[in-house]
Amino acid sequence: MSFLDKHDKLEKNSALLLIFMTLAVLVGGLVEIVPLFRMETVIEPVDGVRPYTPLELAGQNIYIREGCYNCHSQMIRPLRDEVVRYGHYSLAAESMYDHPFQWGSKRTGPDLARVGGKYSDEWHVTHLVEPRDLVPESIMPSYGFLLKRGAKLHDLDDHLRTLQILGVPYTDEMIENAQKDAVAQATGEERADISGLQARYGQSVNARDFDNQPHMVSEMDALVAYLQVLGTMVDFESAKAVEGGE
Amino acid sequence: MADKDKKEIDKISGVETTGHEWDGLKELNNPLPRWWVWVWLVCILWAVWYWVLYPAWPVPGGATEGTKGYTQFKELAQSQKEILARQQEYLDKFENASFDQIMNDQELYAFAMAGGASAFKDNCATCHGSGAEGSKGYPNLNDDDWLWGGKLSDIYYTIKYGIRSVDEQTRISQMPAFGKDGFLDRKEIDAVVSYVLALSGSVGDHGEVEDYSLGKKVFAQNCATCHGDNGQGNREFGAPNLSDKIWLYGGKREDIFYTVYNSRAGVMPTWKNRLDENTIKELAVYVHQLGGGEDENYDMSSQVDKEKVADDAKQEQPQSTKE
Repeated sequence: MSFLDKHDKLEKNSALLLIFMTLAVLVGGLVEIVPLFRMETVIEPVDGVRPYTPLELAGQNIYIREGCYNCHSQMIRPLRDEVVRYGHYSLAAESMYDHPFQWGSKRTGPDLARVGGKYSDEWHVTHLVEPRDLVPESIMPSYGFLLKRGAKLHDLDDHLRTLQILGVPYTDEMIENAQKDAVAQATGEERADISGLQARYGQSVNARDFDNQPHMVSEMDALVAYLQVLGTMVDFESAKAVEGGE
Repeated sequence: MADKDKKEIDKISGVETTGHEWDGLKELNNPLPRWWVWVWLVCILWAVWYWVLYPAWPVPGGATEGTKGYTQFKELAQSQKEILARQQEYLDKFENASFDQIMNDQELYAFAMAGGASAFKDNCATCHGSGAEGSKGYPNLNDDDWLWGGKLSDIYYTIKYGIRSVDEQTRISQMPAFGKDGFLDRKEIDAVVSYVLALSGSVGDHGEVEDYSLGKKVFAQNCATCHGDNGQGNREFGAPNLSDKIWLYGGKREDIFYTVYNSRAGVMPTWKNRLDENTIKELAVYVHQLGGGEDENYDMSSQVDKEKVADDAKQEQPQSTKE
């Protein structure tokens, strides 16, 4: 086939080679990058998804810091087995405020996309401190130190501001009250005024002393707050409209 | 440029050169194997065929749909339809059957046990243990000691609405934190802990206490309303029986002291939004038969060979869905 031999024309003419290389890279770039500028064409809007509260965001930062995503995915695929075990498959809109998204690619432990509300706070604390107390066959490491470390709250407004730049709809009011909201959420209704938090993030926001250590807002508080909201935001009745095939 | 008629062969390797020369170095012409090039070209053709048939290119307003109209959601719906059709044979009857009917029908009972066993592994075992043996704070479901009742209807209610859950119809009660909130002082708590230990015939590690009068008095004034005069418990409030030797949070003196001082409030989530009605019913039957199920005037022995069904259910447990 003579046309297969034409490549030596390219190889022997550096200007021509440069032009064709540029074309190839450009096509690759166009196909892979340009669609990302138009995210709204692939994320179907659903009701209920809100940005994380400052405390939940602090929890997500701990989740990332500790590398939880190495063993836990947050992506329920539309396959029968997964839907039966974990619940409704993940919708694109559910991770649209995650930067970076936590879909993961490996499940040594179970998927966590809908773990929110599945277990009690006490369960999460006990399990994070020593997983084998509850699941004898577990190989998850212990994270007891989270109880003793205070959550980093003073820079939360900066985290919110950064996400705001990335397009997460945090308002200036949310940024201003970030630290206050985090403390209120980890303290709970009984001992703190959570009306501001609820006004900003909705009535259904979980506000309580997650780790049962009233004297401090620990990293455990933040992580459990994050875990308890995972997969609970979407209003599935309204989501039905965007699901194909039914 | 190389002249086609004047191909130069490298002497050492015997391979033709490209005709390029840099300071006396010549480049060998080793093109990709032909079979590889052909596979590559076929892949490109295959991609074009794929773009036509399946959803592929992102375009404003979504993506190209493809002539087959395929989506993963449709495939999921289809596979769910299939499994439902296989279950439908039983579900038709099961859906409308009362617990009374289920417990007296070999087929429905076996169906409930098989479904319950697999749902238990996925949802309940994490707290209650894979053998339902429980652990500290999470009740053992094999025994006949029930906090909120061991009849089928009780178990069903607990699974559906949870205990101290976020559901409005949840089972709920709250033991006061007698020490933390200052209802009792340390001496009184010590005394009542001794008394509570004595109720089940334990002495704790402080040894026998000679005088139970203070503990008895404190118990009568503070505890008896919920736990009963003799500590026999009250299922209306989920108040545990204190006169047996079964302890949810440990039966040592310090455990009970902690409980009286700080109170306890275990939480079970509501499963109403996670599991469908049939699964909850299956689970209720499964948990009921684990060992401690209480009678609701069922004559279960008459028609159902319970032991056989229970064995079958154990053997038929599905393979782990872990990845």
